[in-house]
Amino acid sequence: MGKLLRLTAAVLLIVSSPAQSVDWRGNVAVQERLFFKPPIDPRQHGDNFSVAAQPEMYHEWDDGKQNVSFIPFARLDQGDDQRTHADIRELSWSYIARDYEWTIGFSKVFWGVTEAQHVVDIINQTDLVEDFSGEEKLGQPMIKLSLIRDWGTVNFFVMPWFRERTFAGVDGRPRVIPYVEQNLTSYESSEEQRNVDVAARWSNSIGDLDIGLSWFHGTSRTPLLYPSLYQQQVVLAPFYQIIDQAGIDAQLTKGSWLWKLEAINLDGNYQKYKRAVGGFEYTFYGIASSAADLGLVVEYLYDSRGNLATTPFEDDLFTGLRLTLNDVQSTDALLGVIKDRYNSSYLFSLEANRRIGDSWKLSIQANKFQADGLDQSLKSFAEDDYLQIELGYYF
Amino acid sequence: MKRLLLLLLLSVSVTLAWALTPEEKGLEIAKNADLRDSGWGDQKQTLEMVLRNKQGQESRRQIRGRSLEVTGDGDKSMSIFDSPADVKGTAFLSFTHVNKPDDQWLYLPALKRVKRIASKNKSGPFMGSEFAFEDMSSQEVDKYTYKWLRDETLDGKEVYVIERIPVDKNSGYTRQIVWLDKEIDHPLKVEFYDRKDSLLKTLVPSDYKQYLGKYWRPGQMMMNNHQNGKSTLLIFSEYSFNNGFTDRDFDQNSLKRAR
Repeated sequence: MGKLLRLTAAVLLIVSSPAQSVDWRGNVAVQERLFFKPPIDPRQHGDNFSVAAQPEMYHEWDDGKQNVSFIPFARLDQGDDQRTHADIRELSWSYIARDYEWTIGFSKVFWGVTEAQHVVDIINQTDLVEDFSGEEKLGQPMIKLSLIRDWGTVNFFVMPWFRERTFAGVDGRPRVIPYVEQNLTSYESSEEQRNVDVAARWSNSIGDLDIGLSWFHGTSRTPLLYPSLYQQQVVLAPFYQIIDQAGIDAQLTKGSWLWKLEAINLDGNYQKYKRAVGGFEYTFYGIASSAADLGLVVEYLYDSRGNLATTPFEDDLFTGLRLTLNDVQSTDALLGVIKDRYNSSYLFSLEANRRIGDSWKLSIQANKFQADGLDQSLKSFAEDDYLQIELGYYF
Repeated sequence: MKRLLLLLLLSVSVTLAWALTPEEKGLEIAKNADLRDSGWGDQKQTLEMVLRNKQGQESRRQIRGRSLEVTGDGDKSMSIFDSPADVKGTAFLSFTHVNKPDDQWLYLPALKRVKRIASKNKSGPFMGSEFAFEDMSSQEVDKYTYKWLRDETLDGKEVYVIERIPVDKNSGYTRQIVWLDKEIDHPLKVEFYDRKDSLLKTLVPSDYKQYLGKYWRPGQMMMNNHQNGKSTLLIFSEYSFNNGFTDRDFDQNSLKRAR
């Protein structure tokens, strides 16, 4: 926290010194989670209130060729000490030239095209305690060089500091059983968090095809979780191996059809596996003579580790319906079910958003878990069905 | 002899002019208007959208836009949303094409994600407004077939009245009637007929100003939807030309940086 404050002060000085314009924006949100059943572990909390803020400061100069961006984030959580956390989502300087770009500092990069899961995306660590779906990411310190050529864009990354994945604490919900004790974190690299990771990605749009090929060498963002003893109780200890990951992400856009594929080959000394997500999204436009669109998303999820996979999605089918009202309030909803092909395990999720007035947004999220048989990874969440209501103020 | 030749030539050209079918004349007028508006190179402008529902409740959006003229194909354009605040920083990149579907990408700043989106949805509303995507995209001659209907006077101005029929099957319109100002070669009114051929919307561009001594741009565009009673007013400002934009200002890298 001390480091964070010093950095904040430094950036505020930079941003406030010249009399030029600084672009401010951001949001503050309150969130309530309602759980429907008592937890598996009695130490886990019940209904939970939480508040978060994410201001953004941006300043550019030199005819827009240079800019600094600062996005801190903080959450105060009623029931889980681990979810009360702060992060620097972005704190970076960028230089933009005609055919290259530099970014140095904490930044965020997304790779991928699919909806159900993102298997290729690896630069940023997942802020899992923030959001169970894994969509929220921690800021990653990096030096990034983009070369922009006629044959595509190549990005090179050097990442000198590793960010640990965040996990729900003992009191947290939803979480794995037993809980993940982050004091027991260990690394394959003797350099631990100081191990320097490197990555590169080529991407291009060729007609209807958007394609990316990527490679990563360094500390895996996904830890292996080993049962361990901590203060006379069984916990899970995260272990981060060194990996090489080769990935492909591609989307073909044909009329109302989007065909999507993401696949990786991950090679480490402790685990090697392949993962893939692929499928389509088809949209019915202007349904029932209205302005609304209804999209059907079908994706198959594969993990070569089968039931030993660290995710519950090893041979599953995702079916989703996306409703976009195209109204003034930008109302949208995504209803999805990921179901195992051979047992009755599933994860049901609903996400809906609607703007209220000009500055407020109401978001609803619901998750329902059903675990069956050998699917250990979902079993932990079996009693953690929840409804989340969030009201955000945007400025 | 010379006089006779002149007379002969004159009569031939008059005959030629008379020989134009309404379709040929309509196309001629459209081509001429397009030619007159070509060569602008690049432009940027800011746009305020005022959305009004049947009850008169208003909602406003601020959008900055820039575009690049592409000869031989449709133009490239980028729109950056400044408000409402929850979509601030969202940006939309479009490569318009004449003979194939447009390429469109949407940048979602919260996820840092660029999404290629299907462009088939031409008739869908742009940002919840009464403007469809196809109303907002660059107008190219080959996107329609034409028919000249008549010449008349609209609000004291000489106009051509032309019917144009979208070539694209995915268009939300069977036809449009355009009142084209003869003096500036820009529309003063457009009527849009839906797939059932009933009047859906009327567009009235106004407050035209000339830039670079040549190109006319509207200060406002009012779209009234006759079927749902809603309207959208576009207020344009800060038009600027010769910004030195290149393809590089309309790629996915600049989309991610758009603010």
